[in-house]
Amino acid sequence: MPEAFIYDHVRTPRGRGREDGSLHEITSVGLATQLLEALRDRNELDTALLDDVILGSAQPVGEQGGVLARAAVLNAGYAQTVGGQQVNRFCASGLDAVNLMAAQVIAGMVLGGIGGGVEAMSRTKLGYDSGPWSADPAITLSNHYAPQGIGADLIATLDGYTREDVDSYAIESQRRAAESWSEGRFGGAIVPVRDAIGEVLLDRDELIRPGTTLEQLAKLKPAFEGFGKAGFEAVIKDRYPQVEQLSYVHHGGNSSGIVDGSGMVLVGSEAFGKSAGLKPRARIRSYASIGSEPTIMLTAPAAVSEKALSIAGMSKDDIDLFELNEAFASMMLRYMRTLRIPHDKINVNGGAIAMGHPMGATGAMILGTVLDELERRDLNTALVSLCAANGLGTATIIERV
Amino acid sequence: MRHLNISKAADGVATLVLDNADAPMNVISLNFVGEMEEAIASLTTDENVQGVILASAKSAFMAGADLKFLVGAYDGLTKREHFEFSQRVSGLLRAIERSGKPWVAIIDGLALGGGLELALACHRRIAVDRPGTAVGLPEVNVGLLPGAGGTQRLLRIAGVKTALDLLLSGRQLGAKEALTLGIVDEIVPANEAFSSAKAWLATNPDPVKPWDVKGAQAPQKLGLLVPADAADYSLAAAMVAKKAGYNQPAAAAILSTVYEGAQLPFDKALSVESKYFAQLLSSPVARNIIRTSFISRKAAEKGARRPAGVPKSKLAKIGMLGAGMMGAGIAFVSARAGIDVILLDRDVATAEKGRQYSAKVMQKLIAAGKMAEGDAEAILARITATDEFAMLASCDLIVEAVFEDLAIKAATTEKAEAVISENTVFGSNTSTLPISELAKASKRPDQFIGIHFFSPVDRMSLVEVIMGRQTSAETLAKALDFVAQIGKTPIVVNDSRGFYTSRVFQTLIHEGAAMLGEGVPPAVIENAAKAVGMPVGPLALLDELSFDLPLAIVDQAIEQEGARYLVPAGVNTLRRMRDELGRGGRKAGGGFYDYDEDGKKRLWQGIAEHFPAKDDWNIDDLKARYLYAQSVETVRCLEEGVLQTAEDADLGSVYGWGFPIWTGGTISYIDTVGVPAFEREADRLAQLYGPRFAPPKLLRDMSRKGIQFYVAAEQQDHVEEDHAELAQS
Repeated sequence: MPEAFIYDHVRTPRGRGREDGSLHEITSVGLATQLLEALRDRNELDTALLDDVILGSAQPVGEQGGVLARAAVLNAGYAQTVGGQQVNRFCASGLDAVNLMAAQVIAGMVLGGIGGGVEAMSRTKLGYDSGPWSADPAITLSNHYAPQGIGADLIATLDGYTREDVDSYAIESQRRAAESWSEGRFGGAIVPVRDAIGEVLLDRDELIRPGTTLEQLAKLKPAFEGFGKAGFEAVIKDRYPQVEQLSYVHHGGNSSGIVDGSGMVLVGSEAFGKSAGLKPRARIRSYASIGSEPTIMLTAPAAVSEKALSIAGMSKDDIDLFELNEAFASMMLRYMRTLRIPHDKINVNGGAIAMGHPMGATGAMILGTVLDELERRDLNTALVSLCAANGLGTATIIERV
Repeated sequence: MRHLNISKAADGVATLVLDNADAPMNVISLNFVGEMEEAIASLTTDENVQGVILASAKSAFMAGADLKFLVGAYDGLTKREHFEFSQRVSGLLRAIERSGKPWVAIIDGLALGGGLELALACHRRIAVDRPGTAVGLPEVNVGLLPGAGGTQRLLRIAGVKTALDLLLSGRQLGAKEALTLGIVDEIVPANEAFSSAKAWLATNPDPVKPWDVKGAQAPQKLGLLVPADAADYSLAAAMVAKKAGYNQPAAAAILSTVYEGAQLPFDKALSVESKYFAQLLSSPVARNIIRTSFISRKAAEKGARRPAGVPKSKLAKIGMLGAGMMGAGIAFVSARAGIDVILLDRDVATAEKGRQYSAKVMQKLIAAGKMAEGDAEAILARITATDEFAMLASCDLIVEAVFEDLAIKAATTEKAEAVISENTVFGSNTSTLPISELAKASKRPDQFIGIHFFSPVDRMSLVEVIMGRQTSAETLAKALDFVAQIGKTPIVVNDSRGFYTSRVFQTLIHEGAAMLGEGVPPAVIENAAKAVGMPVGPLALLDELSFDLPLAIVDQAIEQEGARYLVPAGVNTLRRMRDELGRGGRKAGGGFYDYDEDGKKRLWQGIAEHFPAKDDWNIDDLKARYLYAQSVETVRCLEEGVLQTAEDADLGSVYGWGFPIWTGGTISYIDTVGVPAFEREADRLAQLYGPRFAPPKLLRDMSRKGIQFYVAAEQQDHVEEDHAELAQS
């Protein structure tokens, strides 16, 4: 069976996901196009060697619908023989796209391709892709749907994380992200985004707030109490009767930020690398996806990590660095507690609380980030995972070659 | 036609008047539907008829569907037949709407449920300007949804948000609000209703509804592509979870009917509405709610348990002994019903304080616009505060609500009987002391009876009437006449420790306390009770009650019965809390909860230390234990003759202590589960948790014989005999 290797990866900087964000004028397909061009140009890649491009978006409607990947492939001037495919597993989409590409390579049906994702959150209204799970009354009731932030507060309630615990986590994420930027650790992957006249619009993550303090965060009001009191507390208590009262500790400062961005990973077999004249940087050891309890929603990462470890025949002690998307601070604390992972081995360059979470793109971005960090520290293995809405979760284990 | 009158005027205006020949209210019944179909067909085909005015000869336009018919339909019809019934009524209304002739409904009085649905099918709705005019779709409150186009027309007329508000709350709107929301088109004085209708018809209005115009689009045809709509449904579902919980399917079905119907063309939407209606009518929940809250309740209020042959009495004056919380409340509801009240306590100041309770309650009612000041004054004037027993001389009935102590009550009884006339009935509002014991202090034990009110008296509708060993039929009749006069719902039980309601309620609170002793976390105990539909968790109830009361009941029972007495499950927990940990309830400074100055409560943190939690609890078992503990004890009450009817059991449980209405009540719940299945589960729970769950012999016999507590009407007599036989065996 062929192995799947990572040959390169790129990402855009993350722009603030609002109308005043620097990337707001760039369409989703525009973001994806610029990354495809960069991957081709910096690797001097003959795109006819690629079989497929799979891109994830958590809101694959409107300008992100219609198999955006194919539109981007053609727009970037790739060979028209390169396919395009769209995937959606909510926040895990970008990593799932890479995993799917790897799976096709391992199956021997594909030599090489690109997996990744794009999410221009400033341009696509949150909720465009509501779907039955959250909006068809019959399904939301039987599903015990509650918004993700309520799930995050539920984790804090069950595990006893205080406001200070989650805020402290957020501050450390900010500190690490700022330090990584100041040391230029993201430089190898960043593709500055250019506008229609070719000028650089953004070359750094825009949301990051270096020097954030506990006192500043303490002033922010809990974001999800209104939802809870309106009815979702009743939903929670039906599933988690051990809850007397939800403790509302999450807010904008300790939750992932809303941003625009894209990330892509070039994946192929050994033969692909030879044809393209590229050197593999890491192999994909295993991947896994699971469903977990949908109401708490955000606790899949530990279980899906165990599954990926088991598939790879590894234990968590074989992993040098962990990377988990920082959807909310509490689910990070839960993950570290469940798997007994010290904080200095996970998200060592900060995460989405500081830099933002362009939903369908994040998986590909953080996979690239941790690979760069393995190389910088000269370590070997990393486990990347994300929680996704409705209790889903995906994980991937990579190992440097 | 028996229920309809049609008149046709020379100007082409026909008038169709609803006039139910069998009852004071117009209701949707099979007979009515048949006649309406005929009338609509004839009006539609009659070329001389240009337009139709639809009105009522009754004091209301129409009250809704015939609930007895709906209850019968649960047992008698298939889901397909429920769907077809709904489609038939829906089709009838559709025939009005698509008749090609304009119809005007004159709403003079109530138009509720099917009544409003009928009016909504007309092309114009004129509301008569009087206080009694109101519209609403209250079906959710009986576990159903409007099945004749009501959900679909309302959302198309008033918008989805308003429709959901009205459909999920079931609330009534006055004419003005209905006008603002577009549910009625104009409000006119009573004497102008017909002329106004005729004037509108004279304008040759277009009889095509917006949704029947060619090319019309469903209001939410874009469905979930509109993020704001998606967010609204998401939140609406959470609000349903909060308000109705997960045991009542009606609210959820209404939400789905609106969500799905708003995306569909009108006739397809009506068909989906009928399917959800059929789903609800086929579930036992609607049957349970309607049977208990309407049929049994009405029957009880009309004297189902009143002995036949005793002439009806009307009370002019009662003597209320004791002006504490209960006495003051009883005085208020009596005076409000037009009865003079002598409110007596140990001194005038105390009695007057009780009298002022009425003033306080009425001030709130006046402020809320629910009572006129003049009425309040008249009511207050009917209450005389005194400390003189002589004032009781001309009372028709005495209600005693002094301290719960045999000796004090005996002394009070003697003092009162010294003055009252020989045929005055003496009622005691005790909740725990045996009536036959109290009657020993009376010279006329046959005129002594228990009249047990619930707190707060003005809001709790139930009265538990308790027969002592010697209480006569005449005394019972008089007590029930009093209950009827003050507009409460009576049940009649025989004497026993705690009678029926207090006795079975004890099993609920003890079950919660027992769980704590087993290591179930306190929040789980409370949430499990709420999850089955109890309004308040047992630990919170115990705190409010204070632990002295249930423990005193237990102590007394042990003293009187010794080893024969099955000590309730939560006793050890309660004793430890009160005697060792100094936490005897809210009044004692805190119990299972801590209370802050605003009365807000949080579970006491010390519970974790003294009752270490285990994590082996099973929520389904906990939920079952609450329902089964209460239902099994209720069967014991039936077996022992404390209770005589399933209806009394159900009414008492629902209105006495908030047993969840979706079950229909403690006995209806057993029928809902099925007697044999209930027996099996009770056996399983008895194995795991103790003999309090063991099925009584009555239940085992019924299971073996294949009978249930309630039966379809035609088998009733036969089964009543069976019950009598079983109870004797």
